[in-house]
Amino acid sequence: MKHLLSIEDVSREDIERLLARAESFAEVSGRTIKKVPALRGRTVVNLFYEASTRTSSSFELAAKRLSADVINVKSSGSSVEKGESLKDTIQTLSAYDPSAIVIRSPHAGAAAMIARWTPASVVNAGDGKHEHPTQALLDLYTLRRRIGTLEGVKLWIVGDVLHSRVARSNILAFTKMGCEVTVCGPPTLIPRGIDQLGCDVRFSLDGIEQADVIYALRMQRERMEGAFVPSLREYAACFQIDGRRLRPHQLLMHPGPVNRGVELSAEAIDSPQALITQQVESGVVVRMAVLFEVLSGGGADAPEGELASHPTRDREPDPAPMGGAA
Amino acid sequence: MNQAPEAQTRPPRLDRAPAKPANALIRGAKVIDPRSGVDGNHDLLIRGGEIAEIGAPGSLSAPDGAEVIEAEGLHAFPAFVDPHVHLRTPGREDEEDIDSGTRAAAAGGFCAIVAMPNTDPVVDDASVLRSLQERARAQARVPVGFTAAITRGQQGEDLTEMWELAEVGAAAFTDDGLPVRSAGVMRQALQYQRLAGRVLALHEEEPSLSRKGVMHEGVVSAGLGVAGIPSVSESTMVQRDCALARFEGGRIHIQHLSARESVEAVEAAKAQGVLVTCEASPHHLTLTDEAVRTLDTSFKMNPPLRTEDDRQALIEGLRSGVIDCVATDHAPHAREEKEEVFETAPMGVTGLETAFAALVTDLVLPGHLKLATLVERMTAGLEPLGLLVPTIAKGAPANICLADLRATWEVGDAGYESRSVNNAFAGRTLTGRVLVTVADGTVAYRERSFAIGVAR
Repeated sequence: MKHLLSIEDVSREDIERLLARAESFAEVSGRTIKKVPALRGRTVVNLFYEASTRTSSSFELAAKRLSADVINVKSSGSSVEKGESLKDTIQTLSAYDPSAIVIRSPHAGAAAMIARWTPASVVNAGDGKHEHPTQALLDLYTLRRRIGTLEGVKLWIVGDVLHSRVARSNILAFTKMGCEVTVCGPPTLIPRGIDQLGCDVRFSLDGIEQADVIYALRMQRERMEGAFVPSLREYAACFQIDGRRLRPHQLLMHPGPVNRGVELSAEAIDSPQALITQQVESGVVVRMAVLFEVLSGGGADAPEGELASHPTRDREPDPAPMGGAA
Repeated sequence: MNQAPEAQTRPPRLDRAPAKPANALIRGAKVIDPRSGVDGNHDLLIRGGEIAEIGAPGSLSAPDGAEVIEAEGLHAFPAFVDPHVHLRTPGREDEEDIDSGTRAAAAGGFCAIVAMPNTDPVVDDASVLRSLQERARAQARVPVGFTAAITRGQQGEDLTEMWELAEVGAAAFTDDGLPVRSAGVMRQALQYQRLAGRVLALHEEEPSLSRKGVMHEGVVSAGLGVAGIPSVSESTMVQRDCALARFEGGRIHIQHLSARESVEAVEAAKAQGVLVTCEASPHHLTLTDEAVRTLDTSFKMNPPLRTEDDRQALIEGLRSGVIDCVATDHAPHAREEKEEVFETAPMGVTGLETAFAALVTDLVLPGHLKLATLVERMTAGLEPLGLLVPTIAKGAPANICLADLRATWEVGDAGYESRSVNNAFAGRTLTGRVLVTVADGTVAYRERSFAIGVAR
């Protein structure tokens, strides 16, 4: 796999391989020195055109734990603010010969577009309302760790599906893994034709007791301006997952950041069924697996020698004779 | 509809640069003109820019000095006309100007085109219109007409000085690129038509339904997470304006239909006797929103590419005559503006140089549309404006497109006459090459490799 641009173009086998790799990196994360030399001497650029805390920091941490050199570029305070086009920014950054560019953009298709302009591997860290493939992978990883197999699991994705890249990637990812996915939300926030991605559509929480897992989406306050819902109060009344609606047999997930009291009640967030902090934790190992995959896949691109230092066999990091960043 | 007849303003103008009248003999071409009923192999003699004789193959001889075009195996049609192009002048001459735009038209087989007024400044007063006509008289390779805006600055609020603009020769009135949002303003424009004349050409879109949409709203947009423009954004406005035109007895021309619902709305309005005509573009007739899956900005335009069902409705409309004509909506954009992510790139694609070949390749050759019907619809676009309808008949001004329907070519391979390259067919191999265009009695285009002998 040269790039990770969307869940749409990865197979179930690809996903299985990535999750297995993430498992092996989880062991590294349990050590005191959480670092392997797999990507030593290689450069990863994190290019973030949108505000992000967990995605950007976990990509940075993932790259550093693989011993890569990391450059973080944010749109504010960079040449982007001076009006540089995306193409010119990519060509400039490509001149540093990075192995991978991780990009977060407010626009659909940005990652696929820059993949045509740079020889580096490109990882989509969220492109507009299109996809957020690493979020979907870490969600699969988190849930599988908790319940073993995903086959036949009933997942309800609840909330603003229209504006959610997480929803799109997760519908595709969970159905690929054999889950039965239902999307549910106010009719104004469910796009026409979304069922063609392979999910059921509901406009109320009636029947949610059948779900094994409830995945609540962030209800963004700015959606109020578009009159998509009459009020957050009414939204919460109809769609908030609270202690009453969350059954003891059900698990609860959320991509964060949570609007406490809107899509989730405090009781639900703090319940033992909630996997929200585990999701954040999984972010690092899953992104390590993704970076390792795109930078080691495809023969000629493989980092010579260092592939041998598989984390499960390499108990301690090499002393890094080339001065790998520590 | 009990109003007095439209007042008579001066007729709309077409302007072009002076050029030598053609003297040529086209030998043995298959001539197809559905209007005059010609369909067979003929010699065509052009003398002094007029069609002087139509004779059996080999029956006509060339006068001294006339060009002889050996056209056996080639097709000759009345040259095409386009009521809807963007020449980006004034304001964005880097994207297109009158010289390059009319060269692109000639290369596509067009003998007359009409430019939209959404320039910078907008063509909303007589001085801008006059200066464009003057420039066309210096630069235009084929006759070009200029439309003027319905509302000042295309703001949708106050009517332009339509009477004066018509007197100066505006070809039609349109706020193209934007709808006339207010029904009240639209009604006033229709009322004022009784004084100023001229058809109102309408870009139909309800802004509150289109919102920030950038592609067709449907399965593809749902999967991409890209904001969609629903079909009803167009069709509800078509219905509104047909109702207003009916009430006021006005004449309207609906631009670039894209949705099945819109075709049905026009069909219903025509059945009620509304004075409405409409056009469809080559890209809407040949492509669907499936092409947008890659988020290639060459497929971003407004109205957007819609579904296969919509495309079929457009083809059926073109066949039946509900859709009166083909119009390219040729919309050049700078390369750097199109090399952006889909959501922020500008809307529009070029079309003059590929219209005929795209429609031949995707509609005529697979048997969806008769060649004669295509020729008819590609030559009918200026009729609603009261401008020329090219025809191949003795004594008519020579407006002829000579094409090779066996020739295939790759779009973009040899470059474009247009200054812009944002063509939706780029990279595709199309069948049907325009070799010569005679526009208003002069040879406006000759394909590079096509040699012409001169009689001695």
